Amino acid sequence: MSVSSTNKSIGRPAPSGFKATVKALLSRPELSALLMAIVIVIAFQIWTGGNFITADNMKVVLPLLPELGIVALGVVILMIAGEFDLSVGSVFALIPMFGHILMTRWGLDPVLGLIISLAAGILVGWVNGMITLKFGIPSFIATLGMFYLARSLAVVLVGGFPPPMPEMQFQLDLFVYNFGSFRASLIWYAGIAIILGFVLHKSNFGNWIFATGGQRIAAQDMGINVKRVKMLCFMLCSFLAGFAGTLQTYRLKSPLPNIGTGLELEAIAAAVIGGALLTGGVGSILGAIIGAFLIRAIDNGLAMSRVNGEWFRAFLGVLLVLAVIINIDIRRRASNMKITSK
Amino acid sequence: MSMTQTAGAPAAAPTPATREPLMRAVGLDKWYKGVHALKNVDLDVGYSEVIGLVGDNGAGKSTLIKILSGSHAPDRGEIWFQGRKVKLTSTRVAMELGIETIYQHTAMVPQMSIARNIFIGREPVKFRIGRFGLLDTAKMDHEAMEALEGVDLHLRSPHTPVDELSGGERQGVAIARAMYFKTKLLILDEPTNHLSVKETDKVLRFVQSLKEQGITSIFITHNLHHVYPIADRLVVMARGEKIADLRREETSVEALTDMII
Repeated sequence: MSVSSTNKSIGRPAPSGFKATVKALLSRPELSALLMAIVIVIAFQIWTGGNFITADNMKVVLPLLPELGIVALGVVILMIAGEFDLSVGSVFALIPMFGHILMTRWGLDPVLGLIISLAAGILVGWVNGMITLKFGIPSFIATLGMFYLARSLAVVLVGGFPPPMPEMQFQLDLFVYNFGSFRASLIWYAGIAIILGFVLHKSNFGNWIFATGGQRIAAQDMGINVKRVKMLCFMLCSFLAGFAGTLQTYRLKSPLPNIGTGLELEAIAAAVIGGALLTGGVGSILGAIIGAFLIRAIDNGLAMSRVNGEWFRAFLGVLLVLAVIINIDIRRRASNMKITSK
Repeated sequence: MSMTQTAGAPAAAPTPATREPLMRAVGLDKWYKGVHALKNVDLDVGYSEVIGLVGDNGAGKSTLIKILSGSHAPDRGEIWFQGRKVKLTSTRVAMELGIETIYQHTAMVPQMSIARNIFIGREPVKFRIGRFGLLDTAKMDHEAMEALEGVDLHLRSPHTPVDELSGGERQGVAIARAMYFKTKLLILDEPTNHLSVKETDKVLRFVQSLKEQGITSIFITHNLHHVYPIADRLVVMARGEKIADLRREETSVEALTDMII
């Protein structure tokens, strides 16, 4: 209702409140994802005979959610800025593997190893950004290159069987302490999501991200350094992928070079289900969270319904396309809604 | 027709000859890959003027305004702004001096709201760390609406996405933005292109309201019928050269057409 109060304050008639609120609600990019999430949760609850939303089942879903969810946060921000990152799945494996090698083979202190490996994640994003922005190569191609390179490095680094994890209870407690139905990683996810939500939707930098992805020339003409904005988003995206991979490695208590395979597409799917546009300029943090939750919920819900696990991708594919179609339809309806102020 | 009548009223007092012009460009040259796009162009821009910059496609209009707006550097020549020699190294530098350019199709981010568009790159913040800060959205909404009222544009909400506005309204928002940020010289690139008659009329009114508030505008168009009624001066370009610079009283649409062709 801030709309009407703003208008009143400068002596203009307020637009009809209810309709304006409905319109504002319909215009939100994450609406279709939210509706689908509600429908799917209810459907699974019925299908599984009430076994979907139970404390026991949440123990299975919630520890997995932050790992995809954090990757999707970086991916959605980069997509809003108008770029892609196909390398997040590989970076998800490479960064924790690199950290592990630093600790075990190079004998680095675990905390130092963690910091250096996460910094390496930022460096990967910088390389992605440089290739894309300096040479004018589409990020789709640039990060496809990194997708292969990082995965290969992860495998080569381990060089056979990974050495066992060193004693590092402090980090395990800090990042993946098991609270029963969820792990510490969920708190990290929530914290990161809140911070990035503020950055994206409430800060001037967020405004620059939307402007850069929405109409690059307009942003440039208004004095925004669009390359720097994109570069920061690339770095954030890779950093978050590396961090999420580290969370999974800690949860599994074992570094594996093949984790995160296919994750890049799941993360993009989460962002798109959450209302992000491939063309940039549209998307939201809340949408990416709902998208990631939906994907994990389907994965688990199908298993709970004793459906062959191979159906997961079919389900996800249908959901993805459906979400986009519903989204386009809702947005068209919202933009056609006429609100008169007179 | 209404525009012709308004413009037919006595023009504002001419600027005294002794006064420094707002902007003075001297001997501008620009080559693009061996093409001499701009040939030794001089241009004086006065205060509270509407200048119609006309010419056929490829006449050098765009090159000239790209230089004046800071997006391209001239290969030779000088630019003086308010009596000081300036180097317009970027659009940002030009904007800080008070020179702003509106390109019809790329002035706004369509998916973003009116308020967010008005403040792109110049957002008011509640507090900042370095260059990053928390948006003062209440101020943005309030002042966006006030800025729109300034050009007599009445839109229902500062949250309306720009892609829901008509072409004329978008131009209005861009002009309101320039006025809000105290622009001294506003360059409009083909602001009436592809607009309906009604919308064109709206845009012409916006430009007139600029003049009333003492803001100079350069109006680029290839449609003489749009710019002639509201222009104080008409600058004609052809083949990279300035071939005429006339007060409106000294010429006519027919005479100008003959020059362009």
